[in-house]
Amino acid sequence: MKTQRGAAYERVRAARSKDRYTGIDYIYNVFSDFIEMHGDRRFADDPAVMGGLAYLDSEPVTVIATEKGRDTRSRIRRNFGAPNPEGYRKALRLMKQAEKFGRPVICFVDTSGAFCGIGAEERGQGQAIAENISAMMALRTPILSVLVGEGGSGGALALAVADEVWMLENAIYSVISPESCANILWRDTGRAEEAADSLKLTARDAFGFGVVERVITEPAKEPERIFDTLRSDIARWREAAAAKTADSLLHGRYERFRCMGRIKR
Amino acid sequence: MAIAPLFRKPKNELEKGGRAQPEQVEADSEVVETCPECGYGNPISALWENMSVCRCGYNFKMTARARAAFMTDDGSFAGMFGDIGSADFLRFPGYGEKLESVKKSAGESEAVICGEAKIGGAPCCVFIMEPYFMMGSMGCAVGERITLLFEYAAERSLPVVGCAVSGGARMQEGILSLMQMAKTCGAAQRHADGGNFYLSVLTNPTMGGVTASFAMSADIIIAEPGATVGFAGARLVEQTIRKKPPTGFQKAEGLLEHGFIDMIVHRARQKQVISRLLEMHARRK
Repeated sequence: MKTQRGAAYERVRAARSKDRYTGIDYIYNVFSDFIEMHGDRRFADDPAVMGGLAYLDSEPVTVIATEKGRDTRSRIRRNFGAPNPEGYRKALRLMKQAEKFGRPVICFVDTSGAFCGIGAEERGQGQAIAENISAMMALRTPILSVLVGEGGSGGALALAVADEVWMLENAIYSVISPESCANILWRDTGRAEEAADSLKLTARDAFGFGVVERVITEPAKEPERIFDTLRSDIARWREAAAAKTADSLLHGRYERFRCMGRIKR
Repeated sequence: MAIAPLFRKPKNELEKGGRAQPEQVEADSEVVETCPECGYGNPISALWENMSVCRCGYNFKMTARARAAFMTDDGSFAGMFGDIGSADFLRFPGYGEKLESVKKSAGESEAVICGEAKIGGAPCCVFIMEPYFMMGSMGCAVGERITLLFEYAAERSLPVVGCAVSGGARMQEGILSLMQMAKTCGAAQRHADGGNFYLSVLTNPTMGGVTASFAMSADIIIAEPGATVGFAGARLVEQTIRKKPPTGFQKAEGLLEHGFIDMIVHRARQKQVISRLLEMHARRK
């Protein structure tokens, strides 16, 4: 199937649009009685990652979301949704808690990537992401990740090692931003549109590669209907996941990633 | 040297104390590699003997095979998974040609070599990344090889020793190269769950998706002196925060100070240290 040139970048624009719902909207509209928990118990509380407990229908669940902020002030406070290591460590702390109490974990991911700062590096950004990935691979409770906006590289993956990963149709998932890619390839960030085409970063592409299980249509009219869709879909997923043993979950999760980029000899 | 004449200029070379010895005896006849730190031109034959370390202590890039030669027991390295290669499945601009040309220039089929070997007599599985193959970047083949190695080692209860050098995930393979981070971490985790030992050696540079996955997931992490290890490159950090990172940013010495690695080990001592650690983790049957 041949797609129109620049079509991928349209999705990038849509995924980054300021009119889009952010993590906090999904938390409050899909679930009820959300109670936010703070801090990684090691260094700080990262406002770029929100997490806590909520009810999904009448079942308690652990919810984690990256949050970009809605206005200039909150965007600055939330660091535009780019987590520091503390954000990933907070998320992991909450996931371990979910494991202990047998709650499923639901993550909403919308980040341009892990923050590239001096402090973030000095406090082990790479180590924090690596630890999340390994720990999520071994977490003995169901995990679902929904990419709702930008899925920026390792910073997104650190919250998306799950039994199932879903993507909204205008979300993107990429190993590198199209701008950085264009800069490396042609030393010209202006050619990001071309780079976006080459990177195959749309939800349809990710589905085609088997990287996500579902692409969720975004209602053009009444966009808030997405919350109802997600609520019922997540409830159905939760029920199916609850019927599985922890061992079979872990086996399925391992195989899910194991077959990605498998090369026949 | 003769007593220095204090009150008149020397008349000739002899009075000056004889002709100075040329700095490099074999400079004319041999290829030299200039050290970016101290500027000394290292004759490559000397580099061979010194494990590619300059007299100032700077670690030159070295091929995976050369590293295997000094780190493992003579002739013990038996390669595996060499037939697993990458494909240009995205038809990414220039990637197909790049793969072909780099295979020739690097003399390797991918950016990591894997195998079974002995280090100081201790049997182990070894992976060594290849800096001359697209900067050791991790695409599907690299992920697959490392995953297979961890699975192989887990089945046989063998320890894994891995040497990382990488620019990160390989963007030419898109989202699937990102997924290799989860795949390799999963395999390393299963290997660990079986009570097996994994030692990671971080060399210059180890960045991005490799730092953020298997390279940092070891029981013991050692680094080479002066190695740059991080997630985001210094240039990207500078662009993001519009400030120059401090000197020593992301250097192994800083990582040690901040508690992210166990120790810094010079190339010359690596084999000794690794074999001691393997010995201490030997599993009783």
